[in-house]
Amino acid sequence: MNIHEYQARELFEKFGVAAPRGKVARTPDEAEAIARELGTDKIVIKAQIHAGGRGKGSFTNGFKGGVHLCATPAGIREIAGKMLGQTLVTHQTGPAGRVVNQVFVAEAKGIKKELYVAILLDRATSRPVVIASTEGGMDIEAVAEHTPEKIFRESVNPLLGLQAYQTRKLAAALGLTGKQAAAGAKLIGSLYKLFMASDCSLVEVNPLVVTPEGDVMALDAKFNFDDNALYRQPEVVAMRDTAEEDPREVEASKFGLNYIGLDGNIACLVNGAGLAMATMDIIQFYGGMPANFLDVGGGATKEQVAAAFKIILADPKVEGILVNIFGGIMRCDIIAEGILAAVKETHLQIPLVVRLEGSNVEIGKQIIRDSGLAVISADSLAEGAEKVVAATKSKAA
Amino acid sequence: MAILVTPETRVLVQGITGSFGARHTQLSLDYGTQIVAGVTPGKGGQVFEGGVPIFDTVEQAARETGATASAIFVPPPFAADAILEGIDAGLELVVCITEGIPVNDMVKVKAAMQGCKTRLIGPNCPGLVTPGTGKDSYGGCRIGIAPGYIHRKGNVGVVSRSGTLTYEAVWQLTTRGYGQSTCVGIGGDPVNGTSHLDVIKMFNDDPETEAIIMIGEIGGTAEEEAAAWIKANCKKPVAGFIAGATAPPGRRMGHAGAIVSGGKGTAAAKIAAFQEAGIAVASTPSVMADTLIAHIKALKG
Repeated sequence: MNIHEYQARELFEKFGVAAPRGKVARTPDEAEAIARELGTDKIVIKAQIHAGGRGKGSFTNGFKGGVHLCATPAGIREIAGKMLGQTLVTHQTGPAGRVVNQVFVAEAKGIKKELYVAILLDRATSRPVVIASTEGGMDIEAVAEHTPEKIFRESVNPLLGLQAYQTRKLAAALGLTGKQAAAGAKLIGSLYKLFMASDCSLVEVNPLVVTPEGDVMALDAKFNFDDNALYRQPEVVAMRDTAEEDPREVEASKFGLNYIGLDGNIACLVNGAGLAMATMDIIQFYGGMPANFLDVGGGATKEQVAAAFKIILADPKVEGILVNIFGGIMRCDIIAEGILAAVKETHLQIPLVVRLEGSNVEIGKQIIRDSGLAVISADSLAEGAEKVVAATKSKAA
Repeated sequence: MAILVTPETRVLVQGITGSFGARHTQLSLDYGTQIVAGVTPGKGGQVFEGGVPIFDTVEQAARETGATASAIFVPPPFAADAILEGIDAGLELVVCITEGIPVNDMVKVKAAMQGCKTRLIGPNCPGLVTPGTGKDSYGGCRIGIAPGYIHRKGNVGVVSRSGTLTYEAVWQLTTRGYGQSTCVGIGGDPVNGTSHLDVIKMFNDDPETEAIIMIGEIGGTAEEEAAAWIKANCKKPVAGFIAGATAPPGRRMGHAGAIVSGGKGTAAAKIAAFQEAGIAVASTPSVMADTLIAHIKALKG
């Protein structure tokens, strides 16, 4: 789950991670009021979307740039008016862009040094790791590739937590001395507390800056949260912005289904994430283009299966469907009933190939046979993939 | 021989009275598994269908029945605690089926487990099966949720992060007359108790295992690590399949661990590592068994 920059700032404030003062605005009036409250002539206004590249992006109304510096509250008001309710297109949003419903108005801090710090799970050790680098404001993967000696890591013992001496080591590695070293160490310590308390999977501060005044602050932040922990993070869940998510994925999550929309024309409905990925792979192997990833999971009810069907059919690009079920927990008769219900409800016109195997497979196959529906049957996964690609081509032709 | 479990292994089920746990306990009993106890706090003294005694704690259950392995069917908020309880009771094997345990919980469990004798498999896994010699492999040990009938007793070891994709491979082997020594699902989470490499080392040492199928997916570097060891140490034929070549980067593909992050953990890198190690790579999930069979024949011939 992602959050907006202004929400990240709220988390920073809650956990004592130093950052420039700022607030979110939803109208030009609010933006102006915040600018006035800040009482400085160095103000920055930033469009709030869940994607990067905002500075270089353009609005569809012609206004250029999703990040602007400004000296007056009146100026901020004018810029807010050009951003709010408008669509911002960046190299990360795709050509459709995203509607901007909020802007973040904050004091613009000068930058004397740009550093980098992040906290994430190190899969190799199964421990959290704090990564710091003197090369802030850049693509960290490029730094890792070209100058790996400028990246420092402190692995955290999960039973002890991040120790104070570790934060001091990192501050020293970042080239901080004196009061700045103490401020940097404190910031890193607070960031770790936030990471653990909010069940984050990633917190990235890029850049972490030293200002001309000598302050150490987080100027930007990217967060990701462990989806498995959301049940115990109601405050994080409250920050979810479904307007920033694919509406099909939002709909799927309401039914407890795992759905990811892709660009192709052959949809699939599968039980099990590994098999679902493999089904997408084999569709492509036989010359088709997968339209989605969809795992109905092990305990899907007839209603969930029908809902899954409707979600994939809501994609106008879909021209054929492959249902691939190997029943372990999932029972083939339940799947068959769900398919029939969905086919009837949606008045299905496009080719449907069904491949069943596993628990209650013969009952499932019989249910489909008895229905009299135009369902193409397959026994193996290869047969299923070949048939759906062929059927989709001939139907489209 | 097989690895980890034999038909004689005595198994207890944590979460036996929940609908999920109950259903699969019954299926395991139907398969001939020695389910000797269940644990559901507060229901100690009750009896599960067919006469399986239920206890309040794992310690009581293990002591009274001699169970040495556990299957955990406990919901995510309580599953880490259930794992720790199994370890504390001194079990040899704990298999956690539960999907959805917070990563931080597993990070702490893994750290706490260091130095303990218990082997943890999972979480978020289908479990493991050592097939029996009866009809549809009846009489084996089934811990978890795999359909029993797809298995057949034999000499191929199967290790996988997936559930249903594993059943594909197993069924392909069985229908071609190649049985399995043990099938192990290590699960789809980023932090788990047992890796591909851990299982492959066991298969390498197991006299009954003559060939191995390894199924992986995007995310992390476990497959690469296993491939490097196989190249240096494994004399038995190995075939593999990696799922997720068509997955978009940065997205979690169902499994919490199935994500390409910062360019790392791609299917292409894993496939390259397999090829470098002399592991035969199946081009599609439909030819996993055929790929192994051809590889075995090529190595013999």
